[in-house]
Amino acid sequence: MSENKKIEFSIEALATAKKIMARYPEGKQKSALIPILHLAQTEFNGWLSAEVMDYVASLLSIKPIEVYEVVTFYSMFNSKPVGKCLIEVCQTSSCWLRGSDEIVAHIKNKLNINVGETSADGMFTLKTVECLGSCGTAPMLQCGADFHENLTVEKVDELLEKLRNKNERSSYLKSMITDR
Amino acid sequence: MGKKLLLEHINEPGIQSFEVYRKKGGYASVEKALKSMKPDEVTEEVKRSGLRGRGGAGFPTGMKWTFLDRRSEKPRYLVCNADESEPGTFKDRYLMEHLPHLLVEGMITSSYALGAKTSYIYIRGEYMYIVRILEKAIEEAYANGFLGKNILGTDYSLDLYVHPGAGAYICGEETALLESLEGKRGNPRLKPPFPAIAGLYACPTVVNNVETIAAVVPIINIGGDEYAKIGVGKSTGTKLISASGHINKPGVYEIELGIPVEEFIFSDEYCGGIWKDRRLKAVVAGGSSVPILPADLIFTTAKGEPRLMTYESLADGGFATGTMLGSGGFIVMDETASIVENLYTFSRFYHHESCGQCSPCREGTGWLEKILHRLREGHGKKEDVDLLVSVAKNIEGKTICPLGEAAAWPVASAVKHFRKEFEEAAARLQLSAVQKAELATH
Amino acid sequence: MAKVTIDGITVEVPDGTTILNAARQIGGEIVPPAMCYYTSLKDSGGKCRVCLVKVTQGSAKDPRPMPKLVASCRTTVADGMVIENISSPEVLEARKGVVEFLLINHPLDCPICDQAGECDLQDLSYEHGLADTRYEFERRTFEKIDIGDKIKLHMTRCILCYRCVLVANQLTEQRVHGVLDRGDRAEISTYIEKAVDNDFSGNMIDVCPVGALTDRTFRFKSRVWFTKPMDAHRNCTKCCGKVVLWTKGNDVLRVTARKDRYGEVSEFICNECRYEHKNLADWVVEGPRHINRHSVISQNHYEKIDLLKLKKEVERQLVFQKGKQLPPANQSTTYSTENGNSQTQTHA
Ligand SMILES: Cc1cc2nc3c(=O)[nH]c(=O)nc-3n(C[C@H](O)[C@H](O)[C@H](O)COP(=O)(O)O)c2cc1C
Ligand code: SF4
Ligand code: FES
Ligand code: FES
Repeated sequence: MSENKKIEFSIEALATAKKIMARYPEGKQKSALIPILHLAQTEFNGWLSAEVMDYVASLLSIKPIEVYEVVTFYSMFNSKPVGKCLIEVCQTSSCWLRGSDEIVAHIKNKLNINVGETSADGMFTLKTVECLGSCGTAPMLQCGADFHENLTVEKVDELLEKLRNKNERSSYLKSMITDR
Repeated sequence: MGKKLLLEHINEPGIQSFEVYRKKGGYASVEKALKSMKPDEVTEEVKRSGLRGRGGAGFPTGMKWTFLDRRSEKPRYLVCNADESEPGTFKDRYLMEHLPHLLVEGMITSSYALGAKTSYIYIRGEYMYIVRILEKAIEEAYANGFLGKNILGTDYSLDLYVHPGAGAYICGEETALLESLEGKRGNPRLKPPFPAIAGLYACPTVVNNVETIAAVVPIINIGGDEYAKIGVGKSTGTKLISASGHINKPGVYEIELGIPVEEFIFSDEYCGGIWKDRRLKAVVAGGSSVPILPADLIFTTAKGEPRLMTYESLADGGFATGTMLGSGGFIVMDETASIVENLYTFSRFYHHESCGQCSPCREGTGWLEKILHRLREGHGKKEDVDLLVSVAKNIEGKTICPLGEAAAWPVASAVKHFRKEFEEAAARLQLSAVQKAELATH
Repeated sequence: MAKVTIDGITVEVPDGTTILNAARQIGGEIVPPAMCYYTSLKDSGGKCRVCLVKVTQGSAKDPRPMPKLVASCRTTVADGMVIENISSPEVLEARKGVVEFLLINHPLDCPICDQAGECDLQDLSYEHGLADTRYEFERRTFEKIDIGDKIKLHMTRCILCYRCVLVANQLTEQRVHGVLDRGDRAEISTYIEKAVDNDFSGNMIDVCPVGALTDRTFRFKSRVWFTKPMDAHRNCTKCCGKVVLWTKGNDVLRVTARKDRYGEVSEFICNECRYEHKNLADWVVEGPRHINRHSVISQNHYEKIDLLKLKKEVERQLVFQKGKQLPPANQSTTYSTENGNSQTQTHA
C-alpha cells in the first residue's frame, strides 16, 4: 500500500467488518472494535497508525480517543510499524524453565537485534511476550497466528529461514493452522 | 485408567467435525435438555452435580446460575471465558482445538438453562487460529439445526458468536472481560453490581470458564447425581490439569478429582515423573497465582496426610502450608530450578498485566518486579527479602480485583518456603563492569 | 434511612449513601481521605484506595464483617453497619501502604509545582505517609505536554484518578483526551497533541487532585499561598458564573470554580469565566474565601532545595494548616520578598 493512498478497507474487509458488527445488539456496535482492529492491523501492514485508528472510529461512529484508549491497552496491537514477521517469544515460567532465555538470546544473535527491535532488512521484529498457553510444549514462539512449539535452536534457525524465503507479512488472521 | 468425561473421544480421527462428533454421541445433551427438560431442571442437575467453576475460583456453578436475575425484562447473556492466560494453564486451548463441538454443545445446553438468546465465547486474541476452528464448528451446528431459530423444532432459539480479545490477561477477570467485550479497555468493574444482575450491556449475565461449560454436557447426559459420584467430598467430577515444567510428559490430563498428587506426578498415565532423573524441588499446583509448595508439602499435608488433587486437600493448611487447585496449571520444578528466577518471571508477568486502575496493584507489581530483578542480577540487598514480603502484603486485599492477590501470593509463599534461597541471592554480590575494571587496575 | 456507626459515632443517613459521605456528615477526623472519588462525577471513585475502611458489621440483619477492607467511596451503607476508620490499626496501616504506592513514582517536585499548597497528595503524605522512602529505583518519567494553550499536563505527577476523563465525558460532547496504555505505563494524554478545546475543558484543572493538570495562564505567576482567594460572580450565559478569584493586589492571577471543604466543585464553570475575565472590574466580589487546607511541604524529600527558603514555606504553610485565613503578605515580615498590598474588596 502506498503512503498517500486513502485509508480504507478493501471491499472484502469491509464486508467482514459489517458482518462482525451485526453480531452485537442494536446500538452496541462498539463491541466490534477489537475484532475490527485485528482486521485493520492485517489490512494495513501489521500496525495501526493514527489515520487507521481514526478510520476505524468513523466506521463504528465512536470518538477517536475511544479507539486510541483500546489500541494502547492491548498488547497485540502495534501502534508503531513492525517488521514483516513479528516473532513473539514466550518468556514466562514454564517456557523459562525449559530454556526460553536461550531461544531469545539465539534470535538476538542471529538477527543482530535486541528485543523490541527490527532487523536491518525490515524482515523481523523480536518481541518477548507473556504466557501464550503453550506451556506444555515449551519453549515456544508465536508468529502471526502460528504457534511454534518445543523449540530448539535448530528449529528456530529452520523457521527463520523458512519465513525469510516465504517473505510474507505475518498476521494473526492469516495463515491459519489447518485442522490436525 | 481414570474415567474420561470430557476427553473420551479426543483421539477419534475427525472428532473436530460435526459428523464424527455426532456419531460419537455428540449433541445428546442438547436433545435431552431441549426436548425433555425445563430450563430450571437443567440448572437443578448442574446443582446436583456439585460442579465447581473450572476458571480458578471454584465457585459452585449451579449456585451461580440461580443467582442470575430472571425477573429482569432485559435479555440475559451467557459468556464463555476462553481468555485462558494464567501462566501454566493451557487446558481450554486443548479442549477447544480438539473438541470444538463439545464447547459449542455445552454453550447451547447452558444457554437454554439460563434463557440466553445470544451467547458469546470470549477467546484470548493469541488463540486466533482457534477462532476459525470454533467458527467452523458453530457453522456446522447452525447447518444441522442446533443453533439459530427454533432449535430441533422447539421454540428455543440461540445465536452464538466467537469474540477475540487482543492480549491482556486481565480480561480473564470476568468484569474486565465484559468491558472488553463491550469494546473498551479491560478495566475490571467495581462490584457490586455483580454480572448476574448487571453484566454485559448492563444485562443479567453468567460468565463461565470453557471447561465448566464443557462439563455441563456429561452432567446432563449422565445426570448430576452420577457425576457427583466421581471425586471426593465437594470436589466432584473430573478436571483437566495442564502439566508443564520439568516433567517427562507435559500435557493436558483429565483426572478424577481425588487422585494423590504423588500419583499425578509420577504415574506414566500422567506426568511420568521428573525429567532427566532429577529430584522434585517445588510445584505451583494451580497456575501462577497460587502459592508455591516445596516437594515435601506437595506430597503430604502438614498433618501428614497424603495430598490429593482436590480443592480441599490442596488448600489444606491454608497459606502457611497449603496452596490451591486454581485453574489446574501444574508447573513442576526440578532441583536445578531457581525459585528466585521463577518468581521473577511471575512478577514480571503481573507487572506487565496490571490494568493500572488501582494504585496498589499498578505501583506495587512494578516495585516487586524491580526488587526481584536486582536480586536476580546480583545487586540485591539483605533488606530486599523482607521488603518483598512487605510490598506484597501492602497489595494484598487492597485492590479492586483479585489480580492484586494473584501477584502477592506467589511472592509471599516463595519467600516463606524458600527464604534461604532469597537470602543467598541477596548476599551474592555481582560486580558491575565498572567495579570489575576498578579491581583490575588495582 | 440507615443508621451507621463510624469510629463509634452514629449517624442516620438516607439509603444509598456511601460510607464516605456518611462520614462526611459526621465530619472531622473520622472522614476518610479521598483522592479519586468526586461526588459530582458519575462513576468516579474506587481506584486510588486511600479511602479504605473496615466494616466490622455488615448490617443489623447480617452482622457478619466484610472479609476485606472496602473502598468507602463506593460502598453504600446498610442499616446497622459498623465501620472502623481511624480506630482500626489495620486501616491506618493499609492507608500508609497505599500512600507509599502513590508516592513511589511521584517526582516529589513540590517546590516547583504550581499545585503546592493546594495538593491533596501533599496533604495525604503529610498525614498518612512514611517518613522515609523505601523505593530506590528510578522514578517513572514522562514528557510534559501542553493540552491546548490553557492546560499543562505533568504526567509524572498524575495518580490516575480518572477524574479529568470523567469530567470531560460528562461536560463535553467531544472528549479528546483519555487514558492510554496500561499498568504503570498508563498515561493521561491527548493523542498526537490534539488540543482540548471546548467551553468546559478548564474544569479538568479543578478536579485534578495533584499538580498534573495546571492552568498554563497561571503557571509560576505566584505560589498559591501568596495569593488571596476571593469569592466573586458575574452574569454568565454559559455557566453559573460563581468563581474564586486568586488575586494579588489588584491583579487577578487565576480564576477557579468554588471547591468545598473536601476539595470538590459542585458547580463547574466555563472557560470564558476562567480565562477571559482576569480583571477585577469584570466581577462582583463577595468577599474573602475561607480556604481550609493543610498542605505542607514535607522536608524529608528536598535535601537539594534551599533549606532556608523551604523553612519559610513550611512556616507559611503551617499557618494555612491551622485553618486560618492567610495573613496578608505585607503583615508577615518573613515573606517580605513577595510584595503586594492587602486590598480585599473591589466592586465592579
Ligand atoms: C486476574 C484474573 C484472571 C482470570 N483469568 C481467567 C481466565 O483466563 N479464564 C477463566 O475461565 N477465568 C479466569 N478468571 C476467573 C474469572 O474471573 C471467573 O471467575 C471465571 O471465569 C468464572 O467461571 P467459572 O465459575 O466457570 O470458573 C480470572 C480471574 C482473575 C481475577
Ligand atoms: S488489582 Fe490490578 S488489575 Fe485489578 S483493577 Fe486493580 S490495577 Fe487493575
Ligand atoms: S509459559 Fe510460555 S506458553 Fe505458558
Ligand atoms: S477515593 Fe475511594 S478509592 Fe479513591
